[in-house]
Amino acid sequence: MKGEGFAALVFLAPSMGGILVFFLIPFADTVRRGFFDARGKNFIGLEGYASVLGNSAFRLAAANTAKFIAVCIPLLLLISLVIALLIRAVRPQGKTFKTTYLLPMAMPVASIVLLWQVLFHQNGLMNTVLTALGAQPVDFIGSNAAFWVMVFTYLWKNSGYDMILWLAGLDGISDNLYEAANVDGANAWQSFWYITMPGLLPTMGLVSILSLLNGFKVFREAYLVAGAYPHDSIYLLQHLFNNWFQNLDISRLCAAATILCGVLLILILLMQRFFREAD
Amino acid sequence: MTGKSSYVRPRCGMIARFILLTAVALLVWWVLWFMFMGSLMSLEELNATIGPAMGTAEGSATWPLLPAWPTLQPLVELLLDTPQFFVMFWNSFKIVLPSVLGQLLLGAPAAWALSRIRFRGRKALTTVYIALMLMPFQVSMVPNYLVLDQLGLMDTLWAVILPFTFSAFPVFIMLKGFDAVPRTLLEAASIDGAGYFRTFFSIGLPLGLPGILSALVLGFLECWSAIEQPMTFIKDESLWPLSLYLPQIAADKLGLAMAASLMMLIPAVLVFLFGQKYLELGIQSTGIKE
Repeated sequence: MKGEGFAALVFLAPSMGGILVFFLIPFADTVRRGFFDARGKNFIGLEGYASVLGNSAFRLAAANTAKFIAVCIPLLLLISLVIALLIRAVRPQGKTFKTTYLLPMAMPVASIVLLWQVLFHQNGLMNTVLTALGAQPVDFIGSNAAFWVMVFTYLWKNSGYDMILWLAGLDGISDNLYEAANVDGANAWQSFWYITMPGLLPTMGLVSILSLLNGFKVFREAYLVAGAYPHDSIYLLQHLFNNWFQNLDISRLCAAATILCGVLLILILLMQRFFREAD
Repeated sequence: MTGKSSYVRPRCGMIARFILLTAVALLVWWVLWFMFMGSLMSLEELNATIGPAMGTAEGSATWPLLPAWPTLQPLVELLLDTPQFFVMFWNSFKIVLPSVLGQLLLGAPAAWALSRIRFRGRKALTTVYIALMLMPFQVSMVPNYLVLDQLGLMDTLWAVILPFTFSAFPVFIMLKGFDAVPRTLLEAASIDGAGYFRTFFSIGLPLGLPGILSALVLGFLECWSAIEQPMTFIKDESLWPLSLYLPQIAADKLGLAMAASLMMLIPAVLVFLFGQKYLELGIQSTGIKE
């Protein structure tokens, strides 16, 4: 067909227009503002960036976000993989379980916020159970335990997503391989090590990177656990951004958003290169 | 190994797997159970059982398997006597429906072009969409704010609707759906004299429907449960969606809070149940490398 360029332009214009107006152009302005002082008048160079990187709240939030990703994402990958393998193993009855595990993803955080309070409050159900078992009650929301409540919540809500990706990866491994291994007398572990694991490698790279990037979106789970003003252990970048936003500390916010975007862009470009090389 | 033991052992393994799967599933089933039973409880019973966790009673919280005296009273009160709830409920729909409709109307042609029209810069442009899709709200909130402020749209529902409308995620999902449309079909249509628009409407849309539905389901769930965006861009409480109102609901309105939580959950669960196939499809398509 002729006129590809023109046709593509017509198809893309509405969407690209919006993306330019709402994201790309103002993002350029965001980067620019990061180099100016709070009133946007005087050029201060990298000073704004330095003040963000030196800010103790920023360091806390960045460290917590990094810690969360380092702890939670491996757990997420492992748990969702085990679930996916179990579901495959009980075929064809696995469908009910698959639906069940996917459901939390659809549950709005707002609808379960009340339940989470009932569960994790000082006088809540978890502590009722702990006390009944003879253990000491735990301050789940106001102590370092909040971090683990957030990790649990994130796993509860997001394991289903990764499970679907793993299941798709498992479906891509030919049944013939397993049958051949069976004929050769391989046991379940050997089949897993020599067929399933290598077969899942491409999926593993992709699920890891997707999960890593999605880990930056954890704010909702933290908000569910502790609202807008949480314990220090789950004070995340989004909390800090909200804080600066409320104080109209826009130039700092711009510098911080630019830094975060830079870090993520590097990750995304690495991902693209990784997959191009894998081909 | 005797025939009997080799028969018994796989059975044991199977039972163990089912027990494990059920144990994990209980973490989800219990939540649903709590939500449904809780909204059938009277305020007195709620106060007596979970009141301690809400700060309205002494002692420690408990939870019965079934309500002692099931009642529809809190639900009825919420639906008939709480106009505030209706405002929030409609605010949620007023945000979700235009957002999802916009995602479809603007996103589908863009996805079609990125997927099936060969033009210069296609790869680079697709990378832009992917990068935008993967960025968390922290990155887009300032740019969004700068524009919304300039346009005077802060503190209106449009402040949430417009950024959602131009979200890159649904474009990516639909793009993956359109990738399944065979190019030979398009070439045949071209030979028959069909232009780009004819091809899009008569081949692209019908064959790309699964991808479009996936984008709709994921888009609905995302907008319906959105918290960060309305929290940042809407200060006026009369414009708040249900998702912002619920976390703030006062402990003394425990019965209402229970019923409202259920009403927040039901649309999402219904969309999930009817669209599960497309939801899974959508998730899978994020797992196909570019």
